[in-house]
Formats: sequence, structure tokens, C-alpha cells
Amino acid sequence: MTALLELDGVTARYGPVQALHGVSLAVEDGQIAAVLGANGAGKTTTLRAISGTVRREGDVRFAGKRLAGVGPDAAARRGIAHVPEGRGTFAELTVWENLRLGAYTRRSGLKEDFARVREYFPWLEERRAQQAGTLSGGEQQMLALARAFMQRPRLLLLDEPSLGLAPLLVTEIFRIIRELNEHEGLTVLVVEQNAHIALQAAQSAFVLEVGRVALSGPSEELQRHESVRRSYLGY
Amino acid sequence: MKFAAAGFAAAVVVLLGFLLDGYHQGLAVYVAIYFIAILGLDIVTGYTGQISIGHGGFMAIGGYTTAMLSHYEHWNLLLTLPASLAVTFLVGVLVGIPALRLSGVYLALVTFGFAVSIPQLPLKFSKLLGGSNGLHTAHSVTHLWLYVVSWSCAGVALLLAWLLLRGRTGRAFRAVRDSEVAAASSGVALPIYKTLAFGVSGALAGVAGSLLVLATNGFAQPSEFGVLLSLQILIGAAVAGLGSLWGVILGALFVGLLPSVSASFPVIGSAHGQDVVFGLAVIVIMLVLPNGVAGLLRRFEPSFKTAIKRDPNTS
Amino acid sequence: MVGFAERLGMKRKSAVGTGFSLPVIALIAAAAIFLVIGSLASNIFAQQTVAGLAQGAIFGSLALALVLIYRATEVINFAQGEMAMATTYIAYQLTLWGLSYWLAFFVTLPIAFVLGALVQVTLIRPVQSSIIAVVIVTVGLFILIDGVVTWIWGADLKFMKAPFGNTVYHAGGVAFSRQDIGVLAVSILSAVVLWLLFKFTKVGLGMRAAALRPAAASLVGVRVNWMLAVGWGLAATLGAVSGLMTEPTQFLQPTMMQAILLYAFAAAVLGGLESPAGAVVGGLALGVFLNLIGQYVGIATPELRLPIAFLVLLLVLLVKPTGLFGRKQVRRV
Repeated sequence: MTALLELDGVTARYGPVQALHGVSLAVEDGQIAAVLGANGAGKTTTLRAISGTVRREGDVRFAGKRLAGVGPDAAARRGIAHVPEGRGTFAELTVWENLRLGAYTRRSGLKEDFARVREYFPWLEERRAQQAGTLSGGEQQMLALARAFMQRPRLLLLDEPSLGLAPLLVTEIFRIIRELNEHEGLTVLVVEQNAHIALQAAQSAFVLEVGRVALSGPSEELQRHESVRRSYLGY
Repeated sequence: MKFAAAGFAAAVVVLLGFLLDGYHQGLAVYVAIYFIAILGLDIVTGYTGQISIGHGGFMAIGGYTTAMLSHYEHWNLLLTLPASLAVTFLVGVLVGIPALRLSGVYLALVTFGFAVSIPQLPLKFSKLLGGSNGLHTAHSVTHLWLYVVSWSCAGVALLLAWLLLRGRTGRAFRAVRDSEVAAASSGVALPIYKTLAFGVSGALAGVAGSLLVLATNGFAQPSEFGVLLSLQILIGAAVAGLGSLWGVILGALFVGLLPSVSASFPVIGSAHGQDVVFGLAVIVIMLVLPNGVAGLLRRFEPSFKTAIKRDPNTS
Repeated sequence: MVGFAERLGMKRKSAVGTGFSLPVIALIAAAAIFLVIGSLASNIFAQQTVAGLAQGAIFGSLALALVLIYRATEVINFAQGEMAMATTYIAYQLTLWGLSYWLAFFVTLPIAFVLGALVQVTLIRPVQSSIIAVVIVTVGLFILIDGVVTWIWGADLKFMKAPFGNTVYHAGGVAFSRQDIGVLAVSILSAVVLWLLFKFTKVGLGMRAAALRPAAASLVGVRVNWMLAVGWGLAATLGAVSGLMTEPTQFLQPTMMQAILLYAFAAAVLGGLESPAGAVVGGLALGVFLNLIGQYVGIATPELRLPIAFLVLLLVLLVKPTGLFGRKQVRRV
């Protein structure tokens, strides 16, 4: 299996504050990988560095090719879908318009894409004219996933999908993520505070501390790891 | 250091008064007029952060005050200046009151509307205000008189502004500009300072307007107080660098001299070539120096100071 | 100057819910009924209303251009009127070179688009991080365009062939000029075309997304910078329409759009600075209002039209700053 995404010594800063001090990781094609860490460890910044939302130095390779200082819209065109903190939903637009925007980079095959989305999120059909901002938190998260899926990306970057959601919904969201991964071959890099569910869904995981990868490996290993258990799993 | 520079500048002004001929004195008068108006705008927009594109309106009111007092009541022209100051101060405060509820783009639009509407009033009330032909003062003045008076006013205005801005008022103004919420929560009485800024600003523009009327043969006409005037004042302030007193003279020189200077270039000569040059210059300056000339000066200031310190002959 | 950006209105948008509230709809309906009844009752009323609608349609087109740019960039383009004037002169020159009026009209529209996009890319984009710099650039552009046009064509009045002819229709004792109706039709049509573009095309959706949430739009692949250029291009095209529709009554002179700019500001604010529908409705309302006031209120002679428009602007901003169709913005502290 070849690595779809490779980061090598990636640094990033917000003005004078350095957020990433050299992050190196690799995500295999077809995998789900989790990024864990405390608040401020640099998890969100890592995703932003990949999609080009924040300026970064260092090597980011996607499907073998270097992503050189490329902005978010170019990353989207290359096949990277980034669902940011806050979900990036266009609250003022309708559900349908949000989905249509997800497919902005696609030129054809929209009908099939809409049909596929309906399979995973059947309830979206009847809500298509509803303003996205009036959906509940869980529905918005699913809309965000659906929107990302409409892009038919190779890599899905998810920033804290469980944020603000009830446990049942979180399970549901991750079920869908796993389905998308298994049936559509979607590679996923998910940043999560909820280490439990992230490690259960993912095959491999990285633990970030102060802008660096402190631990990495298959998720079963990390689940058994002493410090991971104590800091992130609570036992 | 600052006093030395100011003294030097004052000496230059006095010297030029003797050296320049009538025509160039006239130009210098315009520079002084713009100086005072731009200073006023800088106080309200640069220091207090309330954007105003309406200063032509204040100038019109001041100018017409002078014209009316002289035309109808035969006042001494010099005395009309304080009168104009008082009137436009009041108008400024009045304008400042609705401005309390507006900010940013909305305030810009309203002040723009103010600037466009005021020159219409003489057209409407033409019997009193002379209509499109204008109202003229009972006497006219010499170039020298204008030069001395206008630059004296400029000096006084600068002094007043400096005193105002270095004290508590100035700090309050800057607090309002940088964060209204923070200012209000630290006890700055927002309404008072905001309206005060408008009042002072309007007053200065009013005096400038009076001087403008006197400089144009004592004629107060709607056409000289059009939109373009407000735009020029705004440009002068922006080129100068908002929030800095030093840039004001540069802004005044830019607005006052560029049109006449460019008129003497061969290709451009005609009146409208001046506008082209002016507009282009403004755009280029903004692209290159978005913080105005003062922004540039501020960047060089530290190195300037150390250069002086390194000279063993100064201590 | 960080404080400046805040002071000059760079707030993050967070409004949900449309601006079409019931009281406003009711108000407009009531006004429409009032106008119909008045027109039936009095011939002069009807004439002033129609003429007012035609004028208002012009204010509305320019206001729509202003709103387009404001929605996307939170900036008021003070040069919008002058750009409109300049493109009208271009159309004039085309007719001098032998094109028919309508051919010149339709050729000018894409020219305006290109010029508008060009202005955004070359002049606005470099300074778009500082609102005050953008304002000054548009002001400089105002002066520059004024100068260039006067330099090339001179300041004397020029005339184009009347696009709609000079026929006057009579219906039930009321005189309607074909021109007024034509102006109204063209302006409304251009607003409708724009609406269709935004609602039903991918580019239109991209532009809306870029205006609402540029960061999120970027993430789905929208080239936000291009969208801004397209927005300015469309605004310039609308401006050209409003300029061409103004020419029959104001004739061609460099100052022809300066007053219209203020009316457009008032119309845009009346409608809600972020609402395209509001701009059109606001324009029509203002046009009719000014005409009726001019007709029935003795003191309101033509010289007072601008001050009255200014008062409208001021009152709206003091009473309901978001205008008729605007949404309440939450201000982040």
C-alpha cells in the first residue's frame, strides 16, 4: 500500500506564534487515520497545513506529488476535501445549494453523485430546500460529510466531527465515515478529541504534542499504550 | 526635536512670504487652506476613527457664513473667521450626534450625502444665498493679507490640534478609534468625545472654507464646494497618513500643488489633464503606501533617531 | 491600524433567516395599493408615478451594482457612478463610429464587464486588506475617470440617439412616454437576468458562496479572487445599463452620474445594503417618492431633491439601519 498523504517536517505559524514544529506522518491509501492530542497541540493546524488554509513550510506530498504552497481551492481541485472546525456549512444557503457547492469542482456525473449521497443520507432529500443554518448540529455535521462526499475526493480531512454532538449521533457519524471508507475507498484523516471512538474507527493514529508527532502507530497498539490510556482514554 | 522642526517650518513660511510673488503666494494660501481642512479631517477620521467624506459641506457653511456676514452686515473680514469657527463647530456637533449611531461605511455614506446636499441649499434659497452666481463679500483682500492670515490660522490650528491631541482628549479619541467597546467599558464618555471630535473637525473645515471664499475674490459659490472638494480633503488626509500630524503638511502640499504643478507639464496642460494626474497619483500612492506618507516616515523614524545619536557632536 | 478595520465595519457575518419579513411585505403592498389608487384618481399622480418608477429603476440598477460589490467585499465603490458614466461614453463613441444604438448598447456591456474586472484585479486586489485604502483608491478612480473622460471627449453636452424614440402614449388622459417605459423595462430586465444568474448557475452560486463565507468557499474549490473580479465586472455592467438609461434625460456630460450616485446610495441603504432585491425596490421607491414629493409638497423644488434623498438616507440609517430587506448582523466583539 502506498502512502496517499505524506507530511515531512511541516511547520506552520499564526503570525508570531509557531503552531507546528515539524510534523511528519503518512497516511496509506484507503486507511482511516486519527490525529489525537490536547487542545492547542496543533491538530487543527495540521489539517489546515495540508489543505493550504494556513501558510506552511515543509513537505506535503499527495498521491506522490508535492503540494507546493497551494491554496485551499487548489487542494480541493486535487481531490482533498477538508471539513473544517465549524463544519464550513453555508448556513444562509439551502441544503441542496450546499451539496451543489460540494460538487463545485466536478464537471459531470452530478446526478449519480446526488443519488449516492441520498443512499447514505436519505433524509437530505426531503430537506433540500431548507436553510442549512436551521438544521440541528448532528444534521449539519452529516450535511458537511455529504457535501465533502459530493466532491468525490480521494482524501477526506475531518476536524472534530464529534464536537457538540450527543453520543448516539457520534456513533452514527463514525459509522457513516467507516462506510464511506469501506465502500467508496475514501481515505480519511480525522482529528478528534474523542480518542475512544477515533481509535476504534481508525487503523492508525498519531498523537500530537506541542506541534509535533509524539506517538504514532496502529490504533490497537496506541489503545494499549500507557500514556495514551492515561491522557486520552481516561483509564 | 519636534519643536526645532516646527520652528524651522515656521521660519520657512515667514521667509517664503517675502520671497514669493503674488501668484505663488496664492498657491501657498491654497496649501494653507487644505492644511487646515485636512487637519480637521484627520482629527475626526485619523484620530477618532469616524470616517467622514463630508468636509466640503463644513467648508461651504463656513465660507457662506463669512460671505453673509460681510455682505449683509459688513463685518470686518478677520472677525468673520471666529464667527465661522463657532458656527461650524455647532454644525459639527450636530452632525456628530446622528453619527453616534453610525459607523464605518454607513457614516461614510451619510457624510457623503451631507457634502453633496449642502451646496444645493444656496441654489434653493437663492435670494438669500445668491444662487448659482454666488454671494460675495463687501471687501476683498490682497494676496499678502491672505498669505499672512491663512498661515497664521494654520499655525494656530496646528498648535490647538497638538495641544488637544496630546492630552486626555487625544487619548480618548484614540481609544474610540481603536476599540469603542474597550473605550466605553473603561469609562470614556463616548458621546461627548465623538461629538467633540466632529465639532472641532467641522470648525477647522469651516475656517478653511472662509479662507477659501476670501481667496476666490470673496465669492461664495456652490460650485467651489462640490463633491470634489470633500474628496480632495479625504485624499489629502489619506496620503498624509491618517492619525499623524506631520503628514498633514505633506497631504496639503500634495492636494494644493499637484494640480498646478502638473498644469505646467506640456502634454497635460489642460485643466482636465490635472485630474488625470491627480487621480493616478492618488491610486499609485495608495498602492505603494497604503498607510500614507506618515506610515513611511514612521518606518524610517527609528533609523533616523539612531543616526542622530551616533553623531558624536550631538549629545 | 488594526482598530481601523474594525471601525470601518469589517464584521463577520452571522445572520440566519431571510430579510423578507412580513411587516415589510405588507408595507410595500400598502404602498403599491396607494400608488394605484392615486394614479386612478389623478392623472398627474399617475404621470409622476410612472416617471418616478423610471427614474427609480435607474437608481436601482446603480444601487444593485453597489450592493453586489458591497456583499462580496464590504466596500462601497465610490467610483461606481463614474465607471457607469465612462462606459456610457464608450457606447457613445461606438455610435459615432457607425454602430446603431442597440448594437452599441450590447457591445458596451461586455466591455464594461472586462473593465470592471480589470479594475478589481489591478487596483483593488493589491489593497483589499485595508478598507480605508480601498475607499481612497475608489475615490482616486472617481477623479481619474472624470479627468480621462473630460480629456478625451470634453465637458460639453453630447447626445445619443434616443433609444426608445420620443413617442408619448395616452391612456385615459394620462401621458406616458415610451422612454420611461423602456427605461423601466430594461432596468428591471437586467436585474432579473442578474437574479437568474445568481440563482441558477454554478458561477452564481460560487459568487454567493464567496461573498457569504470566503474561507468555506475556498475549501470547496471556489476561486474566491476570481469571483470578486467577476462581481466587479457584473457591477460595472449594471452600471453601464444605468448610465445608458440615464443619458436620454440627463444627456451625456461628465457629471451626469454624480447625483445619481447619491440617489443610488440612498436606494441601496433603503433596501438594505446586502440585499439585491432591496436595491431595486429601494430605487423604485425613492424615485416615486421624490417625484411625488416634488409634485405635491410646495417647498420641495428640484434643488432640494438631493438634500431630501440625503435625509431619507439619514433617517433610514437612524431608524432601521438594515433597511427594508436587510438582516440583523451580529457584531463580534
